[in-house]
Amino acid sequence: MEKINHELAAVYILWLRQIKRHLRSKARLVMSIFQPVLFLVAFGFGFKNVYAQAGQGDYITFLAPGIVAMSVIFSAMFTGTEVISDKQFGFLKETLVAPISRLAIMLGRTLGGASVAMLQGLLVFFIAFLIGFTPVSLGGWLLALMFMFLIALMFTAFGTLLATFFNDMHAFPVIINMIVMPLFFLSGALFPVEDLPAGLSVIVRFNPLSYGVDGVRGGLTGQFHYSISWDFLVLMALVAIILSVGSWLFSRMES
Amino acid sequence: MVLFGLIIINHLMIIKVDNLTKQFDDLKAVDGVSFGVAPGSIFAFLGPNGAGKSTTIKMLVTLLKPTSGQLEINGFDVLAAPAQARRSFGVVFQDYSLDDELTAYENMYFHALIYALPKAERRAKIAQLLELVNLTERQKSLVKDFSGGMKRRLEIARGLLHEPKVLFLDEPTLGLDPQTRNHIWAYIKNLNQQRQLTVFFTTHYMDEAQRYADQIAIIDRGQIVARGTPQELQRQTDSDSLEQAFLKLTGYDIRDENISAAERLRLLNQRKWKK
Repeated sequence: MEKINHELAAVYILWLRQIKRHLRSKARLVMSIFQPVLFLVAFGFGFKNVYAQAGQGDYITFLAPGIVAMSVIFSAMFTGTEVISDKQFGFLKETLVAPISRLAIMLGRTLGGASVAMLQGLLVFFIAFLIGFTPVSLGGWLLALMFMFLIALMFTAFGTLLATFFNDMHAFPVIINMIVMPLFFLSGALFPVEDLPAGLSVIVRFNPLSYGVDGVRGGLTGQFHYSISWDFLVLMALVAIILSVGSWLFSRMES
Repeated sequence: MVLFGLIIINHLMIIKVDNLTKQFDDLKAVDGVSFGVAPGSIFAFLGPNGAGKSTTIKMLVTLLKPTSGQLEINGFDVLAAPAQARRSFGVVFQDYSLDDELTAYENMYFHALIYALPKAERRAKIAQLLELVNLTERQKSLVKDFSGGMKRRLEIARGLLHEPKVLFLDEPTLGLDPQTRNHIWAYIKNLNQQRQLTVFFTTHYMDEAQRYADQIAIIDRGQIVARGTPQELQRQTDSDSLEQAFLKLTGYDIRDENISAAERLRLLNQRKWKK
């Protein structure tokens, strides 16, 4: 019991550290919502009429959950850079020589990064409201938040896992972009995934973000392309796998 | 009888290193190193650059896995029981390892939680240690505004927060001015005497080793080349100072790894000129 309390305390303080660092860096806070807001405004208003003429309804309402998901995965993946800067500035050693399990380190970092990503996602959500996003079902709010958090967890864990392989703080963002952009464009974030060309349809199906976007959108609009349980299962399974691999990588990390 | 005595002495050592080896791809950084450190002593681990000092420390503090050999700290096998071993020591690394964007207090609090300090004791212990290193007034400042000496003092306070039996210091005074170096050593010496804290440190400043170390081990090319008190090492090598003893034992060559051919030639020429 004491052992578990100790591990939980370690997870908590690792989480708190990231929240504090994030809130203290106002520049990071503002910069990381710039791109999602740009997408929301440019695409949202740009395609509004075409989308309505095609008989699909309000594009901003369709698009907003996708852009929120995008801001979440960007924030989430970028927390990996903190692992690299902790390596470079030595703080990582402070956690690695501590008498705590590597799973606690991985969990604490992931929860911290995921909470930060959630915060960014909520900010983008709020802005989407201001420019005309209208959720069809308010009851699905909690469901949408849960899916946002699952996306945040999965991609924070993934970014953290990736970061264990890199020592170069400048190369890492480039790699993140190379991964996140295709994930974003080839999910259902920007367009409906019904009746896509066969090739694209297959890619979308294998893209984990598709299930996250579907979950968030389903919660907010009441319409799932897959299903709540399927979205949930896919995301949970991936989170579990990535966390286990990540803590294993942390246990092998040497400096 | 002598053998029996040796066994007892060996048993009493708080740090035990036995036949420790670390093989990197094509380099044996540490090659069959054995030594022991007596509890409550100050032990200096000296050697030129690339001799295997840092690699040895990293293995002792569980940051690096040995290729072979045994390590024991405070009676705990470092490889088999890392958590207990980790609780037994504090470390001050060669490079700063604080979170710059947190305050001094927050860095201490972080440490208190990951080392499971009882909730009732946290505040008082943190306050007491910050006081010890004269940082009470700056406890709410972000570490990024600290000078090198302040960071070092904070790291020492942090390393002691969980009341370790052993404190590892890897070049603790590197890059600090003489005033700060003196202060830092005053803290360390004081802790050593008052709390029976065992101190294991590396340094390139021979005067520090001469002044503060009870025992010295000199490592070169991955192997221990000499052991003893500062006086013993001087006597063995017929030297006036520890620095001279060190140079006699490890040679006068500069040990920059990957030194270029042109550089080597230049150094050779310099030496000829001196003669």
